[in-house]
Amino acid sequence: MSDPVVADTRRLLSRPQDLNDAYGPPSNFLEIDVYDPQVTGVGRNRYTTYEVRMRTNLPIFKLKDSVVRRRYSDFEWLKTELERDSKIVVPPLPGKALKRQLPFRADDGLFDEAFIEQRRSGLEQFINRIAGHPLAQNERCLHMFLQDESIDRNYIPGKV
Amino acid sequence: MSFFSFGQSADIDVVLNDAETRKKVEHKTEDGKKDKYFLFYDGETVSGKVNVTLKNPGKRLEHQGIKIEFVGQIELYYDRGNHHEFVSLVKDLARPGEMTQSQTFDFEFTHVEKPYESYTGQNVKLRYFLRATVIRRLNDISKEMDIVVHTLSTYPELNSSIKMEVGIEDCLHIEFEYNKSKYHLKDVIVGKIYFLLVRIKIKHMEIDIIKRETTGTGPSVYHENDTIAKYEIMDGAPVRGESIPIRLFLAGYDLTPTMRDINKKFSVRYYLNLVLIDEEERRYFKQQEITLWRKGDVVRKSMSHQAAIASQRFEGSAASESALEQAAKEESG
Repeated sequence: MSDPVVADTRRLLSRPQDLNDAYGPPSNFLEIDVYDPQVTGVGRNRYTTYEVRMRTNLPIFKLKDSVVRRRYSDFEWLKTELERDSKIVVPPLPGKALKRQLPFRADDGLFDEAFIEQRRSGLEQFINRIAGHPLAQNERCLHMFLQDESIDRNYIPGKV
Repeated sequence: MSFFSFGQSADIDVVLNDAETRKKVEHKTEDGKKDKYFLFYDGETVSGKVNVTLKNPGKRLEHQGIKIEFVGQIELYYDRGNHHEFVSLVKDLARPGEMTQSQTFDFEFTHVEKPYESYTGQNVKLRYFLRATVIRRLNDISKEMDIVVHTLSTYPELNSSIKMEVGIEDCLHIEFEYNKSKYHLKDVIVGKIYFLLVRIKIKHMEIDIIKRETTGTGPSVYHENDTIAKYEIMDGAPVRGESIPIRLFLAGYDLTPTMRDINKKFSVRYYLNLVLIDEEERRYFKQQEITLWRKGDVVRKSMSHQAAIASQRFEGSAASESALEQAAKEESG
């Protein structure tokens, strides 16, 4: 057996890549937009809803393009469900802003434009982060949040 | 410093016979500094002279004997009092008596067994040293001289590659391959990562070399992990069918050979950790143990032998090129 003085560092043999794989759409496409804040209700029972649109090609999601309307407390519900049922460290939500619900404010409180934009952006970050988590994708609550018209709070929690 | 300043005292030092020719190597001390020490291998003879120099010439030095010891011991930092000696040799240089002038004593420890490599770690130290002592009733005069021992191995007969498919169901499947399972300290890790399924958004991939020092036995086992190297092998998002090559030169890192259950006291093992990081900073990793060994220094070979090796490699590459051509033909055919 000869004892090589210089190590052989040539690349290992690899399979050539299929050109469809190389140049086709990637299998990890997932984009969620949170936009179009609308205020519904009257007087003290007003609240803001946002449109949540998901576009994806991941097979685990039944719909490849879905649009739903959600409010802040729906996001809170999702966070609670995931924290209870899975071992995931769930990313933080934008703040609850309880102070903004108090009367006699100089600005528009919960309906202040700048605040809504800040919240919208935080919710968008939150949902994109959690929807891309392989373990969260197994939870029924996430699918219901993203793709069912309304959230059934009496649902049976479980895995997809 | 002797508190009893009346009477005679002496300096003692040890000099090796082959101090001029013997190689010295750098070795880390406990506080992280690097010092140079004489290098020995298993079976080599340790010989030299012990010089006892009287501080006050003319005065007598009474002693209970002069000796030199060769010691190999393991020291666990959490149990400093107990030194576990696995080699302990002693040579008497002088019987109890008195010295009227400075003297030099010859010593030789013939073909000393040095079964383990010197190691200074986070929680344990294995060292070899010579200790010359002038034994006295109240306080001995002694001097220690540390040496470093390296354990050498030859190319292992069996050195299979590591090839495995791992992943998360429906999310990420990769096949990783490393060309060997046993690498010498100046070797190169050649490998590749092949993506079978990518449904997550990967940002980059790196390979880390992790050293795990294990001390203690039974219920009180303690692992100390240290990331020796982090080497990025891919920046950007891969898709199915991509192969990412790995070429990691070990010579650039501070590594020791793998040490398994040394004298039943400690182990030092190395792992390759393949880490994929996605756009949300989530980490996906796969750890794989590798064996590191120390190769003896290269002996100069004749020119024709070097040429013979070079031509073998060239033939080898021609063979692999034709294999690739064949595979391409079969694909398109």
